[in-house]
Amino acid sequence: MREFVIRRLLYAIPTLIGISIITFAIARLSPGDPIRLFTFGVQNFTQDDYNRLVHAYGLDKPLPLQYVDWVTKALQGNFGDSFIYHREAFTMLTERLGATLELAIAALILQILIGVTLGVLAALRRGSWVDNVIRVLGVAGHAVPAFWLGQILIIVFAINLRWLPSQGLLGVGKSQTDVLDYARHLLLPAFVLALTGIAIYSRILRTETLDVLSQDFIRTAHAKGLRERTVVYGHALRNALIPVVTALGGILATLVGGALVIEQVFSWPGVGQFTFQAAIAKDYPIVQAGVMFTSTLLVLSYLLRDLTYAFVDPRIKVK
Amino acid sequence: MATTAATAGRIAATPGAARASRSLWSNAWWKLRRDRLTIGAFILLTIFALLAAAAPLLSEYVFHYRFAQQDLLHTYEKPQFDNLAYLLGTDEIGRSQVVRLLYGGQVSLGVGFVAALVNLTVGIAVGLTAGYFRGVIDDGVTFVITTLNGIPQIYLFLIIAALWQPGPYVLIAIIGLLNWTGITLYVRGQTFSLREREFITAAHTIGARDRRIMFRHILPNVLPLIFVLAAIDVGAIILLESALSFLGFGILPPTPSWGNMLTNGASYFVRAWWLVVSPGVMIFLTVLCLYLIGDGLRDALDPRLKTH
Repeated sequence: MREFVIRRLLYAIPTLIGISIITFAIARLSPGDPIRLFTFGVQNFTQDDYNRLVHAYGLDKPLPLQYVDWVTKALQGNFGDSFIYHREAFTMLTERLGATLELAIAALILQILIGVTLGVLAALRRGSWVDNVIRVLGVAGHAVPAFWLGQILIIVFAINLRWLPSQGLLGVGKSQTDVLDYARHLLLPAFVLALTGIAIYSRILRTETLDVLSQDFIRTAHAKGLRERTVVYGHALRNALIPVVTALGGILATLVGGALVIEQVFSWPGVGQFTFQAAIAKDYPIVQAGVMFTSTLLVLSYLLRDLTYAFVDPRIKVK
Repeated sequence: MATTAATAGRIAATPGAARASRSLWSNAWWKLRRDRLTIGAFILLTIFALLAAAAPLLSEYVFHYRFAQQDLLHTYEKPQFDNLAYLLGTDEIGRSQVVRLLYGGQVSLGVGFVAALVNLTVGIAVGLTAGYFRGVIDDGVTFVITTLNGIPQIYLFLIIAALWQPGPYVLIAIIGLLNWTGITLYVRGQTFSLREREFITAAHTIGARDRRIMFRHILPNVLPLIFVLAAIDVGAIILLESALSFLGFGILPPTPSWGNMLTNGASYFVRAWWLVVSPGVMIFLTVLCLYLIGDGLRDALDPRLKTH
């Protein structure tokens, strides 16, 4: 087991190096001169100044050396200053991390609660109309464009019914400590973000519960004369819930990526929205910091997934 | 003569006598025909594709409204049956929503199918090669795949699209060339196990060359579930294109796609909800059909699958 963990950790390193090369290349290959962008609007900017800046930032060095420089700094959390805000890109990103994490955690809780309930319900009522509706929902959850559903929900609940706010973190004049106000703002984006995971969980749990229910120990439990309720909740469910843990890594991946679009729809001031707006403005340091950061999160969630698999199922070994 | 024919018929009908065995495909077709949901999804998808293909004809002879036609006197017309061109309402400069939806369908469906075709070609070729030759080639392919999968998909596409602002054809190429990892992983895994089977060893012993073994012996065994992946892939690409267009970096106006019509509608949704609803419903139904077809095909084609 320990050998597996160490190997799996080592496997993550080349992946991260590959991602860092892509991230570096994106900024270097894209049109537009970073020095010109950085000094845009500066008065009396001469060619001499330009050359000195190019030298100061090491842009006259060969590309591989520039890459090594960039990675060395990036490892220390230094992605350079934003072209627009003239502040540390990574620091600005971490300031927005809280909002994204809160959204993701809320979505995760909704996914597990709703997804697991639907999946188990479908399995227990197998073949009935409840099962059919839940199965169609399981596919529909994947097929619905999340940003569109977000807009529809805004139209219905914020504009027409006026039950919930349409966007942002807080109401005007409200403070962060107003939990109710915060929850009202969180509900719609978290639900929309949770949708894919709800679909995934309901499908996995349905298959898994049916699988477990057809196994010998369940028949034995029935044969012992246990009540249906004890069999389902005490024996079957306990085993069917294993994939909730193992699917977590994959689910986290959908949350990391999905958050960008949802944050944009609901004007949620998180990492995704920040990176997206930096990409529009060609603010490379922030874009690079954002891509590296979310990618590292993703690689870590895959790592977590593989480790939980190995933990739950000891047969898994790295070849 | 007549009696022999009758005897032959009787012999064939006796139970236990040799009966032509059903192939995988005819077996699958037999199952599919009984799967009403999948057939329904397939029919609906075909209707959408035909409507989109017939967009120029329909706009001229049914709706009498050209695709780029504007009418500033009839902006934000509500959906109505009185004037067929206003069937789904009009937008902020009086363009017919239904006509634009048809043309947008050409773009959205076109991007989905063509990019998926590129995905399949790359994915199958790379997956077969990596799985068959293993060793260094496989290590290289695995490295590229884990790296690409390590970047959240929407970030990768968004940043490429935002920095280079591609047209529709480049967008198809980008999605096509970056979205093949799932198909490759599947083909590679299958090839891994298939190449150890006896019939491949047999092919080797009679002197079949690598290329022949890969394409004539391994590929046909991988192919059935490729159709499942392809259906799901097309749906996923249509969703991706619509999300990119929604963020302003997919297909750019005035070329309509369901995604950018949605973005445009979003600016006016307080006044004209129909501009938001109709393109979204089209995306949703199309992707839903494709996913249902994928599910149905999987049930029909995978004999190992337990039918729950």
